[in-house]
Amino acid sequence: MKELGGTKKRKVQLCLGLIIVFAGIAFLTNSASGHYQDQANTLDSSQLENGHGEVAFRKMMEVLTHNRCINCHPSGDRPLQGEDSHEHYFSVQRGPDNHGVAALRCESCHQEENNNYSGVPGAPHWGLAPKEMAWEGLSEQEIGAVILNPVTNGNRSLEELVRHMTEDSLVLWAWDPGVGVDGQPREKPPVMKEEFIAAVKEWAAAGAPIPD
Amino acid sequence: MLITFRLNGIPRRMDVDESMSLLWVIRDVLDLKGTKFGCGKAACGACTLLVDGQAVRSCSYPVKLAAGKEVTTIEGLSDGEILHPVQQAWVEEVVPQCGYCQPGFMMATVALLDQHPQPTDDDIDKSIVNICRCGTYYRMRRAIHRAAEIMSQSEKRNNL
Repeated sequence: MKELGGTKKRKVQLCLGLIIVFAGIAFLTNSASGHYQDQANTLDSSQLENGHGEVAFRKMMEVLTHNRCINCHPSGDRPLQGEDSHEHYFSVQRGPDNHGVAALRCESCHQEENNNYSGVPGAPHWGLAPKEMAWEGLSEQEIGAVILNPVTNGNRSLEELVRHMTEDSLVLWAWDPGVGVDGQPREKPPVMKEEFIAAVKEWAAAGAPIPD
Repeated sequence: MLITFRLNGIPRRMDVDESMSLLWVIRDVLDLKGTKFGCGKAACGACTLLVDGQAVRSCSYPVKLAAGKEVTTIEGLSDGEILHPVQQAWVEEVVPQCGYCQPGFMMATVALLDQHPQPTDDDIDKSIVNICRCGTYYRMRRAIHRAAEIMSQSEKRNNL
């Protein structure tokens, strides 16, 4: 009897322990992602547990690895351009502030909006992402690590990162890229803007996972 | 759309289509022909002028963006009969051949020297990327260095 009583006590302790652990996990998950869970209104907890963050990550990466994004996140000191991401013609340079050099600033040609007469694209604060934010040649996982690391993402918190990716006019230009010098529309990312924005928020709400 | 900006120091007011390029406003509306049309795609640099001191390809610059700003063209470089150091250097080095693209090069050079008073060849290669079909690049390089020299001498004289 004494031995049986001890087993029951241990079972009760085990159950209590498990409850505390699950409650703790639930609390931490809510704390970390509650803000984004509000915004990602299509998600519930079961979806998060079922790898919804991974799905959102994959969708997000379809955009981040597209040339509309990569062209301004090059690993070298030259911007890229075009659907084939060739080095920018005319020896255009990154420059010390990522906006070109003395007499050849980005804004020498690129204004705050597309110019569909000349075929020169434009958006506010046109320029390159700093070199530490380079994505060119990186895997999806490496890009994920770069955008989450404050050292390589412009010292942005997750919330600031989400805002940058979903509200910055230069980022969103990717879905309004205008026409090229040949008069033909530039290619847009393979995911619709609204889907991308939802995916970024869902990914953040799921704790910003970087799946293998 | 009514637009006002200062052109070579003089306030100008005009009623034009806001999307018209600054190049055509300056050439056809304001009748200053020194700024040239080359490619119309901001590629060759023949249309380069200064907006608030920055080199801009005016063929791809909607006039509405110039509102309230200071626009400088090749006609505004000299001080009456006194040539700007860049113009003086261009004359000394006999740079032009056909001359069509030269105003754009000279305006870009002014912007370069404003940031780099003593530019290296590398600075010149990276900043002055306009296109000259006569191939006067080597004379332009000499002229840019000469302009830097003239400006430096002038500054020393002014500091005496």
